Amino acid sequence: MTTDTLQSAERASPFQHLSGVRKAKNYLASVLVTCSFLIALIPLGWLLVTVVTKGYRALVSERWFTHSLSGVMPEQFAGGIYHALYGSIAQGVMCAIIAIPLGVFTGIYLAEYGRGWLARSVTFMVDILSGVPSIVAALFIFALWISVFGFPKSAFAVSLALVLLMLPIVIRSTEEMLRLVPDQLREASYALGVPQWKTIVKVVLPTAYSGMVTGMMLAMARVLGETAPVLVLVGYSRSINYNVFDGNMASLPLTIMNELLNPEPAGVARMWGAALTLILLVMIFNLMAAVLSRFSAVKSS
Amino acid sequence: MTDENEVMTNTSADSRKGQGGDPGAEPPASSWLGQGEAAKHRRADALFRWLATGSGIAVVSAVSLIGVFLLVQAWPSLQANNANFLFSSEFDTRDAENLRFGIRDLLVVTVMSSAFALVIAMPLALGIALFLTQYAPPAVRRPFGYIIDTLAAVPSIVYGLWGIFVLGPFLVPVALWMNRNLGWIPIFATGNVSIKGGGTIFTAGIVLAVMILPIITSVTREVFRQTPVKHIEGALALGATRWEMIRTTVLPFGRSGYIAGSMLGLGRALGETVAVLVVLRIASSPATFSIFDGGYTFASLIASAAHEFVHPLPTGAYIAAGLVLFILTFVVNAIARTIANGKMQRL
Repeated sequence: MTTDTLQSAERASPFQHLSGVRKAKNYLASVLVTCSFLIALIPLGWLLVTVVTKGYRALVSERWFTHSLSGVMPEQFAGGIYHALYGSIAQGVMCAIIAIPLGVFTGIYLAEYGRGWLARSVTFMVDILSGVPSIVAALFIFALWISVFGFPKSAFAVSLALVLLMLPIVIRSTEEMLRLVPDQLREASYALGVPQWKTIVKVVLPTAYSGMVTGMMLAMARVLGETAPVLVLVGYSRSINYNVFDGNMASLPLTIMNELLNPEPAGVARMWGAALTLILLVMIFNLMAAVLSRFSAVKSS
Repeated sequence: MTDENEVMTNTSADSRKGQGGDPGAEPPASSWLGQGEAAKHRRADALFRWLATGSGIAVVSAVSLIGVFLLVQAWPSLQANNANFLFSSEFDTRDAENLRFGIRDLLVVTVMSSAFALVIAMPLALGIALFLTQYAPPAVRRPFGYIIDTLAAVPSIVYGLWGIFVLGPFLVPVALWMNRNLGWIPIFATGNVSIKGGGTIFTAGIVLAVMILPIITSVTREVFRQTPVKHIEGALALGATRWEMIRTTVLPFGRSGYIAGSMLGLGRALGETVAVLVVLRIASSPATFSIFDGGYTFASLIASAAHEFVHPLPTGAYIAAGLVLFILTFVVNAIARTIANGKMQRL
């Protein structure tokens, strides 16, 4: 009798038998889920292949990285994007000079000092800032810097708008990294009589350093690709302008927008060339971020 | 391993809060230092604290100023507007004496393209997040995740070029087929621009969907990864198939995060400027609620007119449009944060 019931129980065990419907559903789900990942790869691959095949011709010309488009006719296959590359990097660096100290200090405030309503409102405002569209940031700087203060359109105004877009990324990564630093390190430092500011500067920041730099690189990659602020806040120039505070200045996105209006084959080639250059520039920063995060002292998620 | 670290830091942060403050609140009493030395440290401490707090205040005031400034700059133009701001399809600012601008078409095109993008991106992002957390072999999850994140690294103007020159022409036969066979449904009806040109909401929506895929995926992936292992193992021990396990544990646990991520993606799509500007064709007649419409979104209209920002009154009209966009994205993002609250501290 006992063996009989055991055997029938075994036969009815859920581990032994799966109904066809359940099996089919499970299989279908696996296929759909895998497919959705593969579908996402299509636009990425397609886009990269397009930009590389259409843009590499411009890039391999020997003057591409060393000359501007000054004096180049629309239909001429000549010149390069040195002016735009300089403009993009100059605007990005100006932006970083303002945004990184401000962002790091705000991050320190949130992680080390912040309590109560002020900390809550800073967190809330950073959340809001990270959702502000770049065109709205550009309009705000236009309203403040150009309409109210009366300054001319300039690359510096672009940098100010980029600051608004860079800040939330820098603040978040700083705050997150500082929170990952074990409290034992802080306590050990206090126990040795080190004041709080020195503990933060000499113990906490060095521990979180590489993670923070990763965040900054990602932020830089994001702002370099922004087009809306340059459209609103600075004019385009086909020649080199080293002055960030005055005059028109090209940047890679602005060059693309201008060559978009040029129907000549040379313009099309320059447009895709500038697009490829922009992607390469952004990828370099992303790659640096990825490499740096490997060396992070405190492990992030 | 990483999970363990997370738990450790979380608990330590909690215990800190439990004691009523961070350890920094009680800086060491450096009584054994010399008097001068201690005073110097106190001053330095105060200065550093002031710098950090000041930065925080600067950020708060900058963000609050955005709304205020846009409103102040837009107000005179709104007063001078001769058309209904909410319901007019006109946007004519050529004559500063006779401003006629309304946001009806902008709102229709913006919402249609973003909603279409969301319809495509949401199921895909769910599938990708499940694949990256539950299906892919653990060794390749990280690199595969990087690949999806790379989508976010591509500048939006490059998406625009790809959309209008490569994807648009490719989609024309599909669009024509949909229009021919499903044209009796209003949203697939012939719109106010040529379908053959490719510059329709249909193309723009697909480009936007690709662009918001990474953000929805990364938020969703993050919550799915936090599903308690005990729940998963419990479901499997009861004999659930992998799909049944996901349906009963991962999906209910991650639902709010998934919705929040989608809302964040929607916020991105609403505010996306250049990709839409490059893709969408200009329409000469009002929007017809079809996905084969063209026209401008809030963001692309402002960007297209940027070089005309000379006289205050016409400029104010565009700033008014920017203000509406700011409010729209603010609301969408605030909803996302509220939904996500509690489930995860930061997105």
